Amino acid sequence: MGFLEELRALFPPGRLLSKGAELAPYESDALTAYRKRPLAVVLPERKEEVVEAVRLCYRHGVPFVARGSGTSLSGGSLPVEGGLVIALNRMNRILRLDPKAKIAVVEPGVVNLEVSRQAAPFGLYYAPDPSSQPISTIGGNVAFNSGGAHCLKYGMTAGHVLALEVVTPTGEVVRLGGESLEGVGPDLHGFFVGTEGLLGVTLEITLRLLPRPEAYHTLLAAYGSLEAAGNAVSQVIRSGLLPGAMEIMDRLAIEAAEAAVKAGYPPAEALLIVELEGPKEEVEEEAKLLAQVIEESGALEVRIAQSEAERQAIWKGRKAAFSAVGRLSPDYIVQDGVVPRSRLGEALKEIGRLSQEYGLRVANVFHAGDGNLHPLVLYDGKKPRELERAEELAGEILRLCVRLGGSLTGEHGIGVEKKAYMPEMFAPEDLLAMERVKEALDPKGLANRGKVLPEGVVDPCLEGAHG
Amino acid sequence: MAEVRPTSLLEVQEAVRLHPRLRPKGAGTKPALSAPREGEVVLDLSGLRGLLQYEPEEFVFTAYAGTPVKEVEEVLRAHGQYLPFHPPLAGRGATLGGTVAAGLSGPMRERFGGLRDFLLGVRFVDGEGRVVRGGGQVVKNAAGFPFHRLMVGSLGAFGVMVELSFKVFPSPRATQTLRLTYGNLAEALAAMERLRVLPLDLLALDLIPPATLEIRLGGFPESLGKRLKRLQEILQKEGEVLAEDEAHWEGVRNLRFLEEAPIWVKVPSTPAWVPKLEDLPLGPRRYLAGGELLYAGMEAKGLASLRQAGIPHLVLKGAGDALFPHPPEAFFRQLKLALDPRSRFPLG
Repeated sequence: MGFLEELRALFPPGRLLSKGAELAPYESDALTAYRKRPLAVVLPERKEEVVEAVRLCYRHGVPFVARGSGTSLSGGSLPVEGGLVIALNRMNRILRLDPKAKIAVVEPGVVNLEVSRQAAPFGLYYAPDPSSQPISTIGGNVAFNSGGAHCLKYGMTAGHVLALEVVTPTGEVVRLGGESLEGVGPDLHGFFVGTEGLLGVTLEITLRLLPRPEAYHTLLAAYGSLEAAGNAVSQVIRSGLLPGAMEIMDRLAIEAAEAAVKAGYPPAEALLIVELEGPKEEVEEEAKLLAQVIEESGALEVRIAQSEAERQAIWKGRKAAFSAVGRLSPDYIVQDGVVPRSRLGEALKEIGRLSQEYGLRVANVFHAGDGNLHPLVLYDGKKPRELERAEELAGEILRLCVRLGGSLTGEHGIGVEKKAYMPEMFAPEDLLAMERVKEALDPKGLANRGKVLPEGVVDPCLEGAHG
Repeated sequence: MAEVRPTSLLEVQEAVRLHPRLRPKGAGTKPALSAPREGEVVLDLSGLRGLLQYEPEEFVFTAYAGTPVKEVEEVLRAHGQYLPFHPPLAGRGATLGGTVAAGLSGPMRERFGGLRDFLLGVRFVDGEGRVVRGGGQVVKNAAGFPFHRLMVGSLGAFGVMVELSFKVFPSPRATQTLRLTYGNLAEALAAMERLRVLPLDLLALDLIPPATLEIRLGGFPESLGKRLKRLQEILQKEGEVLAEDEAHWEGVRNLRFLEEAPIWVKVPSTPAWVPKLEDLPLGPRRYLAGGELLYAGMEAKGLASLRQAGIPHLVLKGAGDALFPHPPEAFFRQLKLALDPRSRFPLG
């Protein structure tokens, strides 16, 4: 029996898509510049079906890509031409929510925000909050070690995953981790998080939940320059405060957000949002210190949210900024490089210079607390060569981040988009180690083929041996 | 006993290429993990020490793996910062590398998380003598395979750690400890379970059998008194307040309560498992971080009872195989083959 016939025996009609029109929605993810036509899409509803599909792929040597809602901005869930797409959205049950143990056991297709929604009646929540959290799935968050605005204080997805059930690319099912916050032996589940689907597909995920902070103090400060806002972040850190989030938007991003959601932001060159969170007595004391620091930072205007509605209004503009930029330009590329916090000013100045040099506008929204930039490179795909120039400019920004001691990606992952830049950040031996691990777990190279690892890495030892 | 003591990355590579079987060792504070087995050469990493980079404003430092935790903490303290996962045995000389290899966190892990939440990057020498880097030196990073997380609890199975980068936080400005003793274990457990789910930002929440809770608060001195009072109201109990509590918690993290026991064991736990663990013939012990982590001292029969009950654990001191159970073959074996194909390192 051929591969498709065997798939048909496994999946009833309606849960196996193989016709052109059915496949079209799966040809790309949120990085729409790339498209690939898969051979078929399956929609499993139980983990046994995922395991069977992976085993079938292994037997027939067919590459596969698992995906959730397809919100990857780095092309991480782009199909392999002629391969299988395993769409996990129907595996969206929260299998167990144990408030006493502070854990949730979920299927990979559960939407991030849904976990917090279900945990809310118990005063608990799931901390990692990528901007895509109303749509993106936990399985995808695990693959990309997703972040959000609160990573400085709470860390990324990896810290919040306690256990995983995984099917390896050869079809073996393995449980990694446990239900305790602590473990013994190698942190294999921690290692799996962030490997972008290259080492297998998650079938079940155990998440740690946290008590929802009791009090918030949300401050919005306007500055006359981006540099002044950046300096304010340094001053906050130097004062010994540990805010839950610190976000900066530049003029272009502010204008876009205003046009889109009318958040009521003051007009300024830059806006800084600082949010403190914790027990109410502690937040009260922290707020006094923050007020002093912000006053000394030369803010032109300061607003403090007096109610939950005002707090939400401040965040609404920030969260809408990405999509709002779409109003300013027909197309844009979003990057998410990271720089050490103390070099934010330098990075932004250089981005400004590059923007001039390439003649393309760049809007900046970023997680200032952890140095995670989100430069949005605006372009018009209908104009000749503008996409290429935008990509070149985005590439220059990535190189800049690595040069300053940062990273190619804070939360979007390498995917297909940034794999060519991996040698900028990693030495050939680092990349070889990744390849050796990939090969050991996936000898046929089927799982999310073509992502993360750049082509043509030369073994430096072999090279030395031959010459 | 054969021993090599490299003082540079190159010497580590050389040692790895030269010796078929190696047992990495820091300060030897977890002898069950660092004592050589038959045919192994000890790779003493205490010569690879010192801070390589520390910028207080970044909340990040990078140091050689053989650096004593205490040495790092002194530098951090001068800038009002600390390692929130509170590495154990620091007072006895524990090194950063040994702490990561053993995968150990201390009582203050309750507030912000454990070792795995604070390790940002690693440079290690794999089983072929090649230098590999994973992670980085920024607090947010999703690039490449996270080899640094693979090192946590690895017992050195995949390579010799040479450099490590950690996230740090500003230290609490003041601390206070509340000690409460209950009538029996069930009452103490009930109080602990209640505190676990409240947004109180406790630095530490420990259960000392049979029925004592120790709760550490940290923050602005102006708010501490109010928070302590609220805690007493929630628990409807005054308890005993230790205002000068630093020395007490140093004793706890250095596992002083295990001093007399011949065997020291780390057991991952949860509050629900506490009654079951309490039925075993264990010696002196303390549940850290709201019941998520047990450090227990015992004699041979205690260890045997843990094995018999199938409870995962790691032996830090005393006889026997250190790790129970062995990591899951289907994933571990392939990783081991990829990074240490000649099985030079532990867990072969």
